[in-house]
Amino acid sequence: MAKVNMLKAINSALEISLNENPMACIFGEDVGVFGGVFRATSGLQEQFGKHRVFNTPLTEQGILGFANGLAAFGAPTIAEIQFADYIFPAFDQIVNESAKFRYRSGNEFNVGNLTIRTPYGGGIAGGLYHSQSPEAYFAHTPGLKIVVPRNPYEAKGLLRAAIKDQNPVIFFEPKRLYRASIGEVPEDDYIIPLGKAQVVKEGSDVTLLAWGAQMEIIEDAAKQAEESGISCEVIDLRSIIPWDVETIAKSVTKTGRLIVSHEAPITNGFGSEIAATIAEECFLHLESPIKRVCGLDTPYPLALEKEYIPDALKVLEAIKESVSF
Amino acid sequence: MSNPNNVSQNIMHELEFIDGHALNIATLKVLDANGEIYPGAVEPDMDQDTALHLYRTMRFIRALDERMQAAQRQGRVSFYMQCLGEEAAITASAAALDKNDMIMAQYREQAALRYRGYTLEQFMNQMFSNELDPAKGRQMPIHYGSKALNYMTISSPLATQIPQATGYAYGQKIKHVDKDTNTLSSQIDNITMCYFGEGAASEGDFHAGLNMAAVLKAPVIFFARNNGYAISTPAEEQFAGDGIASRGVGYGIKTIRVDGTDALAVYAATKKAREICTMTGEPILVESIAYRVGAHSTSDDPSGYRSKQEEADNSETCPIKRFEGWLIKKQWVDLDAENKLDEQVREEILDALKVAEKVAKPELIDLITDVYDTPIPALTKQFDELEAHIKKHPDAYPTTAGRLK
Repeated sequence: MAKVNMLKAINSALEISLNENPMACIFGEDVGVFGGVFRATSGLQEQFGKHRVFNTPLTEQGILGFANGLAAFGAPTIAEIQFADYIFPAFDQIVNESAKFRYRSGNEFNVGNLTIRTPYGGGIAGGLYHSQSPEAYFAHTPGLKIVVPRNPYEAKGLLRAAIKDQNPVIFFEPKRLYRASIGEVPEDDYIIPLGKAQVVKEGSDVTLLAWGAQMEIIEDAAKQAEESGISCEVIDLRSIIPWDVETIAKSVTKTGRLIVSHEAPITNGFGSEIAATIAEECFLHLESPIKRVCGLDTPYPLALEKEYIPDALKVLEAIKESVSF
Repeated sequence: MSNPNNVSQNIMHELEFIDGHALNIATLKVLDANGEIYPGAVEPDMDQDTALHLYRTMRFIRALDERMQAAQRQGRVSFYMQCLGEEAAITASAAALDKNDMIMAQYREQAALRYRGYTLEQFMNQMFSNELDPAKGRQMPIHYGSKALNYMTISSPLATQIPQATGYAYGQKIKHVDKDTNTLSSQIDNITMCYFGEGAASEGDFHAGLNMAAVLKAPVIFFARNNGYAISTPAEEQFAGDGIASRGVGYGIKTIRVDGTDALAVYAATKKAREICTMTGEPILVESIAYRVGAHSTSDDPSGYRSKQEEADNSETCPIKRFEGWLIKKQWVDLDAENKLDEQVREEILDALKVAEKVAKPELIDLITDVYDTPIPALTKQFDELEAHIKKHPDAYPTTAGRLK
């Protein structure tokens, strides 16, 4: 099996999807001959034609409006928003249209064929507008599925699942890991089911939960905690919606402690939803308060990025506080 | 244009601005107010069956609108929107389409749906949000939709259907495109018709949708219904350019303006627009000029924002009477028989209304179906909790409690 980076893994999932259905289309800003600003769609226009892999004018609301129409027609539709920071002009098309298409028509029409790919997250000196993690806005909208992969293998399998899933899916790609994360990825097609979390490492003292790029941060913190004799169970949530309450609750029932970590601001971040649900599900098993290690309630900074991010050291401190509560 | 800026390359040496109204766009009229063809106008090729179907659809919608407006005033239905004054614009444009063309409408285009065969019962089931409504009673009255009739379910947010129409039409085109040359290899069989008002054309989605259709070449007819008002806001407070048509030229889209009270002008323009779409795969903009004779909806009273005099001045030409004049001259219509039919329709509307308002509301499970293709675990859990709660307090939830197992 070849070792590839996350961009190659995504490119492979897209290639398989375009081969699978002659109606499938990929489009967005600069995705055509250039292959995307991160090169995720590299070579696809050449292989499948300008009518199936193409640039759009610079209009995010237009990209998603067009995508909803094309998906409603029945074509597998893969729309790229160049940075998740720029998804907001498309907010209405996503939350009022994609998410409600099936419900409002009683499934006379739906956009289940729609997948929205968008790079998210910080750690690349991108400042306010090339760093955001907007997953929680969309998690508040019934009708959408939200997926975030942590490495190349996961990216390919989850993206294939997102494209095949018969609901609109937003696929947040951790851009910090696009080239940094390298791993073995099968050339053939495979699927990782949506809605299932994965226990990445078993442990007994505390459960650490994250998704996407934040996974390597909590894995790092777990390693350091082990050196102090604290056994951490590390879980990748993978899907924000639907999310795997069962796996998390089972783990917390065992460890009695939970730390959730995400880059997005703490207030109303998805960690809040997880903390509330797990408090309800595992109340009698909890040994300490559920902790959230997240971004501050500020716009994403530039010069003070290191201070802002929920790094491994912050997670490690939270682990120590949790076990000594 | 083969230059990096994609512009025409005329040169001038005298400083001169182009006037914002330089186009001075003309309006196509074919029928005069008495139903005569204007000198110089070409009578479109319309057979008697099509003409009568168009005529009866307009009269049906006039009757339905009157009855439902009254029903709303009686408190029997919560909301209604009439298309008074715009019957010809909507019906004649729908008549110029193939029945397999997709229609993506705004909300005032019930006549297009009726033209394709939507039944009185279907209209009523939607308006009374009962269990026979295909959308399971989820949307306010007049948000119709039908997959069988290729009529996309209406969405309240304005203009969202415009870029969607571009995407849908692009999908209709794909199979006709040659991969290597990116040009049409065969004539497109079906296109998309997109209706919207002149107010909706101020939304960003309008710009996005038309620009993308022009650049990506999508076979869609953008049918702008300029009826003078967006709820209370007159067109002069909506835009300063020459209507909506002037913008089409800016996007590089072939454009025409028609008299929306003239069924033959609308029919001829739409028929030609459709032909161009299918041959070239490119979009067309049609701007129809009519007057919204009625209120925006049952929730507003026009006397608060426009004068009776203005209403009288702009409502003189009834689009149905105008078309009727042409039918009479053709000797295609027996008015006595049509008037009898109209009376019968009005009775049927009342009967259908009485039936639909008694049909049960959707069952509790339809609260959670269709959010996803299958309910996600969180939703199933929420449903189970709700069901248990309703069983505990059945008297508080009479609509659904009686039917829970």
